[in-house]
Amino acid sequence: MKNVYENEMKLEFSSKSTNESFARIAVAAFASQLDPKLEEIADIKTAVSEAVTNCIIHGYENKEGIIKIECRLFANSIEIEISDNGKGIEDIEKAKEPLYTSKSDLERSGMGFTIMESFMDEMKVESVLGVGTKVTMKKMIKESNVIEENEIKI
Amino acid sequence: MKAQYIKEDKLLILEITEEIDHHSCEKIKKRADYEIQVHIPKKVIFDFSNVNFMDSSGIGMIIGRYKLVSMFGGKTSLINVKPAIKKVFEMSGILKLIPIEKTEEIGGTKFEKCI
Repeated sequence: MKNVYENEMKLEFSSKSTNESFARIAVAAFASQLDPKLEEIADIKTAVSEAVTNCIIHGYENKEGIIKIECRLFANSIEIEISDNGKGIEDIEKAKEPLYTSKSDLERSGMGFTIMESFMDEMKVESVLGVGTKVTMKKMIKESNVIEENEIKI
Repeated sequence: MKAQYIKEDKLLILEITEEIDHHSCEKIKKRADYEIQVHIPKKVIFDFSNVNFMDSSGIGMIIGRYKLVSMFGGKTSLINVKPAIKKVFEMSGILKLIPIEKTEEIGGTKFEKCI
């Protein structure tokens, strides 16, 4: 890491769909140290849910596996790494196309990467066939000294 | 999920009462498909009042139900969608097919909540 981070956490859990909500809530709770707005927290939760769901459905294809999450907090941003040791993505560019899904029989919308890309400020996908996939995302948390009315904090 | 069928309007209101992700979608799909096939409604309204989270799994789930309802000649719409969830729907463009309605527009039935 080029920048020195202020805090970090690591999580490892089984690739079970019940853990999707656990993962997004855990990351949101960690991110709350940066005092994010409600909308920023919602964006982070959605992006984490998309990435973890991808690990379960695509990486491990609903088989047993371990999903890892690493989070680092900087002064005004959070970096989230979500990785699996699953089958990997053959064509990353194609997978990132809006509405593209390799699992259309499962009523998947093909919007996962598009949502991660647009809800977060940076997103990078690294994947090796047969080895696994790692998604790294970054979200800037704007400093707000003034607490707006109607703003609820976690 | 809570289901309410208003016979005179052939209107089925499906109130989703949990966070929508890949995990919860399976259960929601099953129940919704059952209610739709039992009633064959002219219109299905998904009430999102009690949904505080939805990821892209919800887009696929709603499109799937829309297809089923359309097969029987019915229409589908959404009500009481919170801003964070609307943002997810807006990414997909499906709101052109499955609109978010203002609650007072829904004929015959009065709703307390409003978007």
